[in-house]
Amino acid sequence: MRQSILPVLTVVLIILGIWYLAAAWMNATWTLQQAERAEQTLTTVEVLQDTMQQDRPKLPAPHQVAVELWETTAEKKITSKRSLVYHGWITLSATLLGFAIGTGLGILLAVGIVHNRAMDMSVMPWAIASQTIPILAIAPMIIVVLNSVGVTGLLPKAFISAYLSFFPVVVGMVKGLRSPAPMQLDLMRTYSASQSQVFWNLRLPASVPFLFTSLKVGIAASLVGAIVGELPTGAVAGLGARLLAGSYYGQTIQIWSALIAAAVLAASLVGIVSLLERLTLHKMGMRT
Amino acid sequence: MLSQTEIDGFAAPDAAPEAVIEARDLQLVFETSDGPVQALKDINLTIEKGEFVSFIGPSGCGKTTFLRAVAGLEKPTGGTLTVNGMTPDEARRARAYGYVFQAAGLYPWRSIARNVRLPLEIMGYSKADQESRVKKVLQLVDLEGFERKYPWQLSGGMQQRASIARALAFDAEILLMDEPFGALDEIVRDHLNEQLLALWARTEKTIGFVTHSIPEAVYLSTKIVVMSPRPGRITDVIPNTLPKERPLDIRDTPEFLEIAHRVREGLRAGHAYD
Ligand SMILES: Nc1ncnc2c1ncn2[C@@H]1O[C@H](COP(=O)(O)OP(=O)(O)O)[C@@H](O)[C@H]1O
Ligand SMILES: [Mg+2]
Repeated sequence: MRQSILPVLTVVLIILGIWYLAAAWMNATWTLQQAERAEQTLTTVEVLQDTMQQDRPKLPAPHQVAVELWETTAEKKITSKRSLVYHGWITLSATLLGFAIGTGLGILLAVGIVHNRAMDMSVMPWAIASQTIPILAIAPMIIVVLNSVGVTGLLPKAFISAYLSFFPVVVGMVKGLRSPAPMQLDLMRTYSASQSQVFWNLRLPASVPFLFTSLKVGIAASLVGAIVGELPTGAVAGLGARLLAGSYYGQTIQIWSALIAAAVLAASLVGIVSLLERLTLHKMGMRT
Repeated sequence: MLSQTEIDGFAAPDAAPEAVIEARDLQLVFETSDGPVQALKDINLTIEKGEFVSFIGPSGCGKTTFLRAVAGLEKPTGGTLTVNGMTPDEARRARAYGYVFQAAGLYPWRSIARNVRLPLEIMGYSKADQESRVKKVLQLVDLEGFERKYPWQLSGGMQQRASIARALAFDAEILLMDEPFGALDEIVRDHLNEQLLALWARTEKTIGFVTHSIPEAVYLSTKIVVMSPRPGRITDVIPNTLPKERPLDIRDTPEFLEIAHRVREGLRAGHAYD
């Protein structure tokens, strides 16, 4: 652990350095135009200073994003429409619901595929086809269709989330349920074990490591799905809505802080799944 | 390893012989993409109750296939094969045999005790019965105290012993073992051979044992079946005249070497070294 801190810190510093340079370079044009209009001449230091504190910079400097993040999380009541925690929670709840639906659906499909030849032949091509359709194209349709039948709010977003997250779960679970070696299956046959005994005693436990790998991909995909689901709705709440509103009004600082919040959320979710994975495998007695 | 009560419980060795496994003109052909492979041709063999029969022969001569056919894992394409007078499938449902594979194949998510318990859970033994049987067979293979360990915490030899315990747990009369010690080093193997012999004497099982090793076959068996490939067939059946009581150094006696010599001759005759 300790050895990995130094390289990570180095990378973070390099990224921040590049970010600052890019901010100065991208925002300088506007600073110089303004100065020209006002018929002023600025020193290099004055130009640089201005690029770091514009209201609507092309690329906000890291500290501007940091300040915005602080103000919209720590300094706002979490029920406030301006609180990033509030928006984050809206997105998170759709993510978790969608993840639960997607995971459940994925596991059920995988169990069907492994045990039923007809499903094996028919489901997988459709599952693959479903993932080749760009989510941005299909998200508005899902929302509109569901709205017209009276389903609004959390559920449509959760469906888009589930749409993205069931696929890695199906693929991983099918692989996991099929992972027992022929010898392991033969052993079960020598006990005259039933199909359901083979499932509960062999296939399912053997699939657990595969499941967790899929869940890590799936939960990140769920978050993307929830955010995408917030874009076409004219939604007023959620990280996706913050991104969209920010881009309408040129509030680049708001966009970037919503982006960072989404990234932190994704990393935390994947981290939680990894932790659960370690605990589960440890509890099952498997060497991790 | 042997306790007095168990020696006393021994059945008389000269009880009337009773065929447990019987193969008559057994054929088994695999249909592969390269055409049919005759894995077993005209196999005639009788294994009596309480015998320890070793199968020896070069790779591909059908040793595994024969054992799997006995276990009902492969379907013969001709002839007859009976186990305790039943078809292999019926015998399996009657829990006639335990099967030990070349790899221990313990479930990594189950402790040693729970691995041994697996067949008992599947066959629906009561909790109390499971408990006492697991305790008994773990004692039999000298693994008391390792109940709560997980497979990766045990050496290869100990894992294989646990898999033997698993095959013994439900009191099958027949033990089928396919190169169970093949992947172990020689010292561990010697030790396990000694233990297996003691276990056989104590439990009176009928054992079918596949091996690559001539000394192992001669040391363990009452009967050695020599096989040769393409097509898989039996070339010699050698009765073993060594006494039942066999210390490890019996392997240096002239009688032992004589039987080993006959096995080697049988292998040579059946195998054109191409
Ligand atoms: N499932 C199978 N399908 C096709 N051929 C097989 C199969 N199992 C075994 N064989 C063939 O049958 C022959 C005997 O194999 P096997 O019984 O495994 O030999 P051994 O155990 O003596 O090495 C070999 O030629 C092998 O390639
Ligand atoms: Mg073999």
